[in-house]
Amino acid sequence: MLSTILIATGIILLLAVILSVSDNLLQIEAKKSGIDIEQDDIGIIPKLSFDGNKSKPNFAKNSASYHKLKKGFDIKLAGEANNVNLNASSSTFAVRPMDFRGIAPIPKLFVEVGQEVKAGQPLFFNKTTPDIVYAAPVSGEVIEVRRGAKRAISDIVILADKKQVPHSVSAPDLSKVSREDLVTFLVGSGAWPMINKRPFDVIADPAEEPRDIFISAFDTAPLAPDASILLEGKEKDFQAGLNVLAKLTSGGVHLSLNQSQSNSWIADVNNVHTHYFSGKHPAGNVGVQIHHISPIHTGDTVWTLGVQEVASIGSLFTHGYLDCTRKIAIVGSEFSKTGYVSTHIGAQVSEIVGDNLATDNVRLVAGDVLSGRKVTQEDFLSFTTDQITTIKEGDYNEFLGWLVPIAPRPTLSGTFPNFLYPNFKFSPDTNTHGEKRAFVASGQYESVLPMDIYPTHLMKAILANDYERMEGLGINELSEEDIALCEFACVSKQPLQKILRQGLDMMREQL
Amino acid sequence: MGLLDLFKKIEPDKKKYPLLHTAYDAAFTFAYSPDSVTEGGVHIRDGIDLKRMMIHVVLALQLCFLFGTYNIGHQHFVAGGEFLGFLEGFHLKLIHGLIKLVPIVLVTMIVGLGIEIFFAARKGHAVEEGFIVSGMLIPLIMPPDIPLWILAVSIVFAVIVGKEAFGGTGMNIWNIALLSRVFIFFAYPTTISGDQVWVSGYDSLAAGTAADYGWAHGLFNSLFGWIGVDTFDSARTAVVDGYSGATPMALAYSGGWEAVTAEFSHNQLWWGTIPGSIGETSKPFIILGAIMLIVTKVASWRIMLSAVIGAAVMAMLLNLWGATPFMDVPWYYQFYMGSFFFAAAFMATDPVTASTTNTGKWIYGFLIGFIGMIIRVMNPAYPEGWMLAILFLNTFSALIDHYVLEANMKKRLQRA
Repeated sequence: MLSTILIATGIILLLAVILSVSDNLLQIEAKKSGIDIEQDDIGIIPKLSFDGNKSKPNFAKNSASYHKLKKGFDIKLAGEANNVNLNASSSTFAVRPMDFRGIAPIPKLFVEVGQEVKAGQPLFFNKTTPDIVYAAPVSGEVIEVRRGAKRAISDIVILADKKQVPHSVSAPDLSKVSREDLVTFLVGSGAWPMINKRPFDVIADPAEEPRDIFISAFDTAPLAPDASILLEGKEKDFQAGLNVLAKLTSGGVHLSLNQSQSNSWIADVNNVHTHYFSGKHPAGNVGVQIHHISPIHTGDTVWTLGVQEVASIGSLFTHGYLDCTRKIAIVGSEFSKTGYVSTHIGAQVSEIVGDNLATDNVRLVAGDVLSGRKVTQEDFLSFTTDQITTIKEGDYNEFLGWLVPIAPRPTLSGTFPNFLYPNFKFSPDTNTHGEKRAFVASGQYESVLPMDIYPTHLMKAILANDYERMEGLGINELSEEDIALCEFACVSKQPLQKILRQGLDMMREQL
Repeated sequence: MGLLDLFKKIEPDKKKYPLLHTAYDAAFTFAYSPDSVTEGGVHIRDGIDLKRMMIHVVLALQLCFLFGTYNIGHQHFVAGGEFLGFLEGFHLKLIHGLIKLVPIVLVTMIVGLGIEIFFAARKGHAVEEGFIVSGMLIPLIMPPDIPLWILAVSIVFAVIVGKEAFGGTGMNIWNIALLSRVFIFFAYPTTISGDQVWVSGYDSLAAGTAADYGWAHGLFNSLFGWIGVDTFDSARTAVVDGYSGATPMALAYSGGWEAVTAEFSHNQLWWGTIPGSIGETSKPFIILGAIMLIVTKVASWRIMLSAVIGAAVMAMLLNLWGATPFMDVPWYYQFYMGSFFFAAAFMATDPVTASTTNTGKWIYGFLIGFIGMIIRVMNPAYPEGWMLAILFLNTFSALIDHYVLEANMKKRLQRA
């Protein structure tokens, strides 16, 4: 009996070895003759595909690729933006040097208080990268230079003219210009700081040529605005911007869309490689998309931009000046009216919010609730802000709140009966629902990060200053927004985004 | 909000009375969730915290507690040949179980939480919740007659050497509950192994030994006498001739499955009306608790499933070998005996001491089942293996993770 089983196992093993060896030999031969073995499925044993990449749905047209992400979590919040324009008359704007990652806290100013500036005129530069100028979003008078801790410049405030005067530039002819001349033009135009680079998610270096450029045209963050509304009337600028970007890289410009955009004009733009993504948040994050399209290798540099930034770069070529108009989504449970506001970069919060708030004790967030910035009414919106979110403040004690919570709250955990109400829209507050504790790896980080990365161990490597491990575990592929959902889900209430930025700064200093 | 005001009024000074303040803080955050709000990073936080996660493990254990309490009493009277039916003498069995279990729980909690509060005050941070679960698990894996001072010493050892020395909750290498049990197992082996210890209330199980009752039983005697039901005195019996107190594991070791079934029916084994550690005998209630942990995503189903697979594979291999009567026990009957389910559901899945990568969890769970079954069947000194297997794999869980991470790092760096 025993010997029969042993002999049978031996025969099966031998057959498996023969199959496997011949499969490998076939693949080696195929490689020698230049066949892409991944694409053409060369081999004796048919490859099983679990990620669904092979079965492309109909809406992914032509050469577009399709990626279905299984991990992630959608936080459904009340207060979605209606597709209506809300009126807001903004007169005060500011440029915030702190918005730009990788520059010194006290940049060199071109202007002084009282001086008149045009829209798109340079305001300041960073001392270590003097070529890159940072431009005014509106024309008007510089009325204040606000300073924060250690005399760092926090806001350069401009009182806008009633009638906007653009700072005209003569854009080069795209079909003739060389890459160097194009970079020089963009660097001096004030549009350069709109380009971010990975690793580190900081402002791109003009001296580097990126391997590829990535643009995510949809946002899966809670209450995020709809790209088609943000780009309304800017379709030509967007295409022009893509044409510019295509000149800046010898690789490709990659545009990521979701299924609902497949019938929109944005699916038909030229000069890009289109990719379709489906899945829960963070499927719309550009970092996650890069990981699935073409991951960042050691030594690689890629650039990333938002859709409105692409249109702004395009406007230099279509209008002859830097268009700094922006649409901002007004969202969240505490606004009486939600919708979109048309304004310029860096608008003052109070002028946009106005008397729209339904309650008093609220948190205003420039951005989404996962990775946005806490602002007050006097503050100004960030350079890349495309939404303002309000939620209730949670500064209250709740009786046995950890055991029998009274108000419903979003959660990944199965300890709340949330799965009974899959479409319920939550109105959460800013309460931490618990105190900070040591890391307890119960697997919730991994379940919301659709990347081949171990967030717990990466965080521990950062806290231990272990550079080799940080790089090996993929810190170069990440930005704060990618692990924001892990931070939300964290049982131990750890500040993961802060830790990650520490690690990114440490890695950058090593260069 | 009267209670909230009261709490705020009685807050002791942190500098003057650090120990008192830590204890106050633990009590306050138990009654009220803190009013802290998010600063920087995310603006909303998941509703779950460590307290809520831990309390769900405690809730999942409650059926084991209920059954375990009653079974202490049940085994006690069965040894004397009284009330052989499970529900006969209900009140006596329940009270006897409570008299045994409540002091064990109290000692565990007072000693364990006392040490936690002391160290939290010294380090100046809040009391972490880890001991809530350890303190609930420890009574369930003890024999009912464990001397309380031995229990206290083992908890002191486990919490100080096993946890605080490594930096507190979340930093420990070994499972605290199992560490306290393994301490007793090596330091005071006679109290936790052999046939004598699994039935409560007797000095020895020699035929004719009378049960000894204390003052607590006396209190209830007067109560029961007044109501007019059976009292401990009227039901007091001596151990019947031929009763050994042997657990199924001991029987299987000496005589294989036939010896087990000669003593216990399949139903008894499955439902858990057999001698053993307090909380680990009833398989259906443990499985219900495990299902609750899986549904609430508090514990890893990967570890539980792979442990079952590992144990089954090893048991099948031992069936093939078949050198001793225990090896010949059909592999599926191995699950009827011992504390495998309890260990796999509640001990192996401790998120701090288990492997933390998903791949690592599969390997970790499988090896627990695999190695635990070897210890159970082949080790003559101790016919149960999960405690040692889990502690062994706790030691290696970081190594398993290390290789999983190395593979991930190698893959990433090779892409360059």
